[in-house]
Amino acid sequence: MTAIAQSYFMTGRHVRAFIRQPWFLAITIVQPFIWLFLFSALFRNVAEIPGFGSADSYVDFLTPGVLVMTALFSCGWSGMGIIEDLDHAIMDRFLVSPAHRSSLIVGRIAYELVVLGIEAIIIGGVALLLGARFEGGILGYAALTVCAMLVGAAFAAISDALALVVRQRESVIGFSSFLVLPLSFLSAAFMPLNIVPDWIAFMARFNPVNWAVEAGRAALASNPDWSFILPRIGGLSAVAAAAMWLAIRAFRSYQRSV
Amino acid sequence: MFVQASAPVIEARDLVKTYPGDVRALDGLTFSVESGSIFGLLGPNGAGKSTTVKILTTLSRPDGGAATVAGWDVIREPDRVRHTIGSVSQQSAVDPEATGRENLVLQGRVYGMRGALLAARVDELLERFSLSDAANRVVRTYSGGMQRKLDVAMGLVHRPSVLFLDEPTTGLDPEARADLWDEIARLTREDGLTILMTTHYLEEADRLARRLAIVDQGRLVAEGTPDELKAELRGDAINVELREPDAGQRAAATLAGLSGLRETSLDGAILRARADHAASALPAVLAALDGAGIPVATVTIARPSLDDVYLRHTGRAFRALAEEAS
Repeated sequence: MTAIAQSYFMTGRHVRAFIRQPWFLAITIVQPFIWLFLFSALFRNVAEIPGFGSADSYVDFLTPGVLVMTALFSCGWSGMGIIEDLDHAIMDRFLVSPAHRSSLIVGRIAYELVVLGIEAIIIGGVALLLGARFEGGILGYAALTVCAMLVGAAFAAISDALALVVRQRESVIGFSSFLVLPLSFLSAAFMPLNIVPDWIAFMARFNPVNWAVEAGRAALASNPDWSFILPRIGGLSAVAAAAMWLAIRAFRSYQRSV
Repeated sequence: MFVQASAPVIEARDLVKTYPGDVRALDGLTFSVESGSIFGLLGPNGAGKSTTVKILTTLSRPDGGAATVAGWDVIREPDRVRHTIGSVSQQSAVDPEATGRENLVLQGRVYGMRGALLAARVDELLERFSLSDAANRVVRTYSGGMQRKLDVAMGLVHRPSVLFLDEPTTGLDPEARADLWDEIARLTREDGLTILMTTHYLEEADRLARRLAIVDQGRLVAEGTPDELKAELRGDAINVELREPDAGQRAAATLAGLSGLRETSLDGAILRARADHAASALPAVLAALDGAGIPVATVTIARPSLDDVYLRHTGRAFRALAEEAS
């Protein structure tokens, strides 16, 4: 109970700081807009490739991919906040207080997900303006957002763990920029897997990013196949939980170093 | 929490801490702090002071030895210790992107304080540290002295019974430092707090601490009240400036015959000597010079400084080390 309350207060701290940085806020809003706009223009004709499938427009197909990739991009930086707090001795202050270790991770990830939620709304709105018709409706889009959040939570937690163990900005930047694009491209984010090389399709089966994209996309269909979607949400939840456990454990590594 | 008046509030026994690369930060440090006083850990940077504080505040674990704070074991009962203590780290630890009030409120909430009680406590601390006017400003805009005061206030929100201050005034200008000294002194005097303070400023230790431990290379080299430590040196300095430089030789001969004076020497018109207690030796000195008809311009006496104490215990000049390190 206290851990939940403490997580809530920590989230509040991050959200407040976020709102006070107008530039950061602006970038957060503009970036997904640019992704969706650029990708849909660039790949407009891809939907006409034989075997692409039933999606009416590429925007419909692309939106889950862009939202999941946005989750990776924005949550992958989470560890930078940890390093900021370490540099300002704020982390040490919380570590000698009765604050639960879990609240320091959960509170931060919850904040990342609040930001991701805002981005999801913007992406959905822009996609509709660009002509997307989400057959799955609000519920389908909410399910997609949950998938993106789970993969984002996992990514943020790994970024946090790395920050606590390595304590260098470069590592967190490297982690995020090294992994985001390969993980996105080894998935159905931009292409259906039946028209990509076999080895990519094979690797995508083990890629949680792909689970999120495929489950989210399935949820947007007119008759969502929940027996396809729910197991993937379950898998994503397990990955996110494991990553958060790892991040909480990483405090031990940090405390051994001080 | 009930703490027996006679039991030490902080007890460290044989603390050992090593860091990778064979750095032995603590090498069997033992000391104890009694209730309601300021205890100063004095030593140059790198002596192991901050490491000691990190262990006692449960941030770091020792590789050997044991420690208790308010009766709780810092290794086995860290949560108990955390509820009992307040900690002000060497580096300012306030959130620069939050206001002073927000910082204090979050700190209180972490300790389980809520609602009107917390709001009242926050207002009280803002008032006490003269931060009320800046309470709703983002901390990034605070001066160094204001940030430091907020740091101390943060350590006090939950009314701890033991407060750790790690180099509280490092980097402050003289006015802000004097200001903070007054506040720290008030904390033990009025609030009955037990404070463990580390410092590399001799003046700070001398002025605030009831007892002192001098730490060097992870070991305790001397412990006592500032006066006890200085008294160990046996020998205050007496300097007599003569009105007539020509009388120097005669004056030196006169004083050489007095008991209790040592190391009499002449330096131009200034006559120097050492005595166990300068103040009690002084009347005899003045009477002897008066009796010999030698007029005196000025007389000064000086107690040994903590610098002398440090030099004696470590064989190294404290000030030089501290300056070199900082």
